[in-house]
Amino acid sequence: MSTLTVTNQVFDVMDLNLWYGDHHALKNINFPINKKEVTAMIGPSGCGKSTFIKTLNLMIKTIPNVKLAGEINFNEKNILSDKIDLVELRKNVGMVFQRGNPFPQSIFDNIAYGPRIHGTRNKKELEGIVVKALMDVGLWDEVKDRLHGPALGLSGGQQQRLCIARALATKPDVLLMDEPTSALDPISTLKIEEMILQLKEKYTIVIVTHNMQQAARVSDKTAFFLMGELVELDSTATIFSHPADERTEGYITGRFG
Amino acid sequence: MERLAPAKDRLLKSEKNWMNGEVRGKIIVFLCAFIMIAATISITIFLGQKGLQAFIKNGVSLIEFLTSKAWNPSNQPNPLFGALPFIFGSFAVTFLSAIIAAPLGIGAAIFMTEIAPSWGRKILQPVIELLVGIPSVVYGFIGLTVLVPFVRNHIGGLGFSLLSGMIVLSIMILPTITTIATDAMSSLPNSLREGSYALGATRWQTIRKVLVPAAMPTLLTAIVLGMARAFGEALAVQMVIGNVSKFPHSILDPSATLTTIITLNMGNTTFGSIENNVLWSMGFILLVISFAFILIIRYLSSRRKF
Repeated sequence: MSTLTVTNQVFDVMDLNLWYGDHHALKNINFPINKKEVTAMIGPSGCGKSTFIKTLNLMIKTIPNVKLAGEINFNEKNILSDKIDLVELRKNVGMVFQRGNPFPQSIFDNIAYGPRIHGTRNKKELEGIVVKALMDVGLWDEVKDRLHGPALGLSGGQQQRLCIARALATKPDVLLMDEPTSALDPISTLKIEEMILQLKEKYTIVIVTHNMQQAARVSDKTAFFLMGELVELDSTATIFSHPADERTEGYITGRFG
Repeated sequence: MERLAPAKDRLLKSEKNWMNGEVRGKIIVFLCAFIMIAATISITIFLGQKGLQAFIKNGVSLIEFLTSKAWNPSNQPNPLFGALPFIFGSFAVTFLSAIIAAPLGIGAAIFMTEIAPSWGRKILQPVIELLVGIPSVVYGFIGLTVLVPFVRNHIGGLGFSLLSGMIVLSIMILPTITTIATDAMSSLPNSLREGSYALGATRWQTIRKVLVPAAMPTLLTAIVLGMARAFGEALAVQMVIGNVSKFPHSILDPSATLTTIITLNMGNTTFGSIENNVLWSMGFILLVISFAFILIIRYLSSRRKF
């Protein structure tokens, strides 16, 4: 039983603490993340959920004065140890940000960027990767005639899906999404949510969201963060029907946050 | 005893005063704009008129002026008006100095914005401001005392050469290129860097494949602005370039530019004479090429992405 759960975990975060300078932003987080599940993180602004998701691919290290303690085990290797290869980690743990941030290049070059920097030179191979990534995010039919047109010419929703395709092109195990629909209209949001449900067949997805309905719609597990603490982590159905902690209940019923 | 006007009138009056202030302000700023436009247009017309006189009134051939290598306007009875060596000299020092200054300036900009944004900027910024503040005559003087003998003793030739001119100019235009290139790099949104790092790119890959291409139109603007400054610089170049009217055959040959010939000869010619008029023609060429630089810059700016 216990060996089964271990092999099913892609991330196992143990006693994670994080400080921005003197500010203790994450407190003793213990957080297992299962393979091929969608894990949603909810909580009020400043609760640490965005900080937490940025620790999983160590993007947090681009911010100065951050101190980390504890363990983040990714495929049973602690990425907080010194020997970690950041390039390899970020290749396997893709990330999508609040706003689509395509590079000012063509659609093709945006998606081929990751494979290219990781050493894929063959043109046929790159084409295959680009087409597949665009199909995975449902963008292929919309852009197949202008693959070499500028990515910045796409709409906001299309740009965000392009960025998801760009992250998928490096063939990651995990896809981190930091409020991926907060800047999008409802229809684009719906498209991305449908896509998440399809992607979880192949990928582990961790999503930060401000929108509790979104968490309820797309996720298998939901975690509630408050003031840097992980208050509760359970199946989404449990969190939204009978949460164990009254703070969770207070938040999801709209009493604060 | 003075009787107060009814409230309605007072309000209207105050409204009128407010309007007057508004109109006055408008007139002042319109005037400022008008003076600037008028100055530019009148300089252009004056220079155009003076610059064309050599061709229209004195019968100098425009083709000869632009393509002949022989220059001797006081040679009687056969004055020679080939300005090609100077046009070539101007372009040569401009492009050569840009070739040196562009990589240095852009490299320094990348260092300040991407590699060491905290201390790199703190050290380099004042250095660059200092470089801007040094008057061009001092650059020329240093070039004359240090650079010219150095070139003569260690590289070859007389020392007074295209090479000396281009080195002095490249240092002079370095701050222009560095400053604008720094602005170009630091105005790139951070989301580009994040996006690239999140895909597993190293810092160098991010700089080379995302940031520099994204900033390219503005980086090119920086180079063209530097070139425009090099093209118009007279004093410092004049002190080190040798000022001979022969067409240079190597980078170590002494040469001259349009600007150095104008400054050297304007005092020796009488106003309205043919020798004087051809100098105006050179000035006019300088103006036309400056306009060309501005057009290039406007075109590049229109392609800015951020």
